[in-house]
Amino acid sequence: MTTPAAPALSNTFDRASLDRLLTDQHSGRAVPAWANDSRRAAFERLETFALPDRRDENWMRTDIRLFKPKAWGPRRRPGPEAPVPTGLLADFLAGDSSGGESFFDEAPRPSGTSTQLAGRLLSLDGHVLHEQLDPALASRGVLFGSADRLLASHGDVFERHWFSVIDSQCDWFAALHAAFHTASTVLYVPPGVRIAEPLHVLSGLGEGGIDTSHVLVVLGDGAEATVLTETAGGGSASGAGSGFHCGGTEIVVGRNAFLRMVNLQNWNTGVWHFARQKAVVHEQGRLQWTLGALGSRLSQVAQDVALAGRGASAQVNGVMFTEGRQQLVYNTLQHHEAPGCKSDLLYKGGLQDRSRLVWRGMIKVDKAAQKTDGYQRNDNLMLSREARADSIPGLEIEADDVRCTHGATSGRVDEEQIFYAQARGLSADEAARLVVAGFFQQVFDRITILPVREALARAIGSRIRRIS
Amino acid sequence: MTTQPQEKLVISGLHAAVEGQEILKGVDLEIGRGEIHALMGPNGSGKSTLGYCIMGHPSYEVTAGSIELVEADGTRHDLLAMEPDQRARAGVFLAFQRPMSIPGVRLADFLRHAVTNVRNPDRKEGQELMPMRDFRSELKAKMADLSIDTEFARRYVNDGFSGGEMKRAEILQLAMLRPKFAILDETDSGLDADAVRLASQSIARIGGAEMGILIITHHEQLLEHNIPLRTHVMLGGRIVESGGPELAAELHKRGYERIRAAYPEAAAAEQSMQDALGNETAQPVTA
Repeated sequence: MTTPAAPALSNTFDRASLDRLLTDQHSGRAVPAWANDSRRAAFERLETFALPDRRDENWMRTDIRLFKPKAWGPRRRPGPEAPVPTGLLADFLAGDSSGGESFFDEAPRPSGTSTQLAGRLLSLDGHVLHEQLDPALASRGVLFGSADRLLASHGDVFERHWFSVIDSQCDWFAALHAAFHTASTVLYVPPGVRIAEPLHVLSGLGEGGIDTSHVLVVLGDGAEATVLTETAGGGSASGAGSGFHCGGTEIVVGRNAFLRMVNLQNWNTGVWHFARQKAVVHEQGRLQWTLGALGSRLSQVAQDVALAGRGASAQVNGVMFTEGRQQLVYNTLQHHEAPGCKSDLLYKGGLQDRSRLVWRGMIKVDKAAQKTDGYQRNDNLMLSREARADSIPGLEIEADDVRCTHGATSGRVDEEQIFYAQARGLSADEAARLVVAGFFQQVFDRITILPVREALARAIGSRIRRIS
Repeated sequence: MTTQPQEKLVISGLHAAVEGQEILKGVDLEIGRGEIHALMGPNGSGKSTLGYCIMGHPSYEVTAGSIELVEADGTRHDLLAMEPDQRARAGVFLAFQRPMSIPGVRLADFLRHAVTNVRNPDRKEGQELMPMRDFRSELKAKMADLSIDTEFARRYVNDGFSGGEMKRAEILQLAMLRPKFAILDETDSGLDADAVRLASQSIARIGGAEMGILIITHHEQLLEHNIPLRTHVMLGGRIVESGGPELAAELHKRGYERIRAAYPEAAAAEQSMQDALGNETAQPVTA
């Protein structure tokens, strides 16, 4: 892909860049004062921070010595000829999937079935290119689309949630995101409204591009929705070139509401990826949250779930596959604040070449959170001897009537399995891919969104090379 | 019994070692399609090793001799030059004594890959699999024929299977793949008497004029419905004696003392191999 470099407006994320954001939203709409105040406060904090380093416990396994903050600044709006990268889900949402031929799904589906989308938003290099929402949903009070537009028109709905869920002041990246976010998306589903079809958000990067987009999802009591966010592009597919994502996701699941949230990170392998993501689930609310990560040069992701109301539950799924010299670091928190809540985290990673995967998980149970049922598990499959995976589970429990367990495994593809499959006529490569697919099946079984499962399965299958 | 020229699996002067320790010390064996042969012998005599060598296990190094498929017209195919999957596609099958589990992979999906490849030996990965509809109906028919519940196909390959279930799964694969030559390595081990009888009947239903079978066993029950043309006795890495079905009955009844006494050299080799290995059966070593 030959993407012309988008010229920077200003060399860095400085006060001049901030001032432009405060006044010059492309929509031409007035930006609410509270939103600008939030940017200013974050910028003041940003000025006080140095980049995090290995003395910080959350960053001690993340090597960002080659990340040069001064190299990055806001990008000009790309021209209409700028190529937009294709997301992992594209084929599967369009219905061009393998359907019943997939060995993950025995039940045949009519070919050409496409998934209708309730809405979509497309951005490139931090600029919204396209947004739409099913008018029938809009008429029922659903708000979805560009934050620039919707914060101005529906500030009353979003103000109390906007940057109230994640900590925007905790480090350099969090503050940068809160000060300089653009091309952000908000979703509000009014109480009792159930959206059957998914909403899709694709954030793209051109060569050397920057994405600072923010996502805020608010489900009213009893509401239901499925949100698919994905990232693509940045640098060349071969891994040359670069890109920078500094993002944030905030999720509020109301009482008795049900959200299926998916974040697929599939940047090209030159991209720096930093993300802070948190969900708050209220009484009897349910969250199924799936992270898929295949891309980026380096990722540092904080994924927090707060179970804030009695009987809330969260299922967290992670599917990671790394190769080359990729380094992906995840810090997860399952915070049980209220009694009778359930959290269930399963991260599965496959690693080949010299890549590295770190998962550091914490289940935190407050004193009030009796009858907590908490689980966390991380399984990694090593496809090369040079790859390295670290699993660091943790429990911090203040209540006395709880059930909290964790587990972690790290294994290799067994040569005896390969021989067994070969003895049945499968080539060694085919056998290896089948064994790896089987390894991920347990987490795929939990992901109830078929296009997501299929897209991840195909993407991982295409990356696996013969086990070394 | 056929007297016409037929395709044969021919093993000549086979020597094989694992981790530098010689296990097979010159094995000669010929099996024609449609024939049943029994291979008996004490633990550690090299029976399983022979099965692994025929299939091409990477931990077993063939140091001398040959394993060939010889067509009816005399055309020879060198199995030793083939990868294990090529041997499977050439029509060779090994029922494992201890099949490997593949968690997350359904038996049906695994078998669909296997059947497609074996029936289209030139298939490359990624090319079309056998149509699901055809595969399903064939698999269901075979399962009904072998009295196996169809739900079994949804389970992950050998994952959490009981010993008996594993053996039934191996027999099911044998039935679906219909090889020219099948080596059944202790397909009766770990089964109770009823299960052995069922296995024996199943194998008899699957076999026939098109399939040559080498049954590796300690017991004669598996042979009840599969009367061997020849029974071979392995000791110390060699086939020391061959006979008819009555030999199997004798060995089952009386053990191997007569054999050891009659072939002191092989018995000595057996002893030294066991001392060297330090265990009673030769197990593959994972690289």
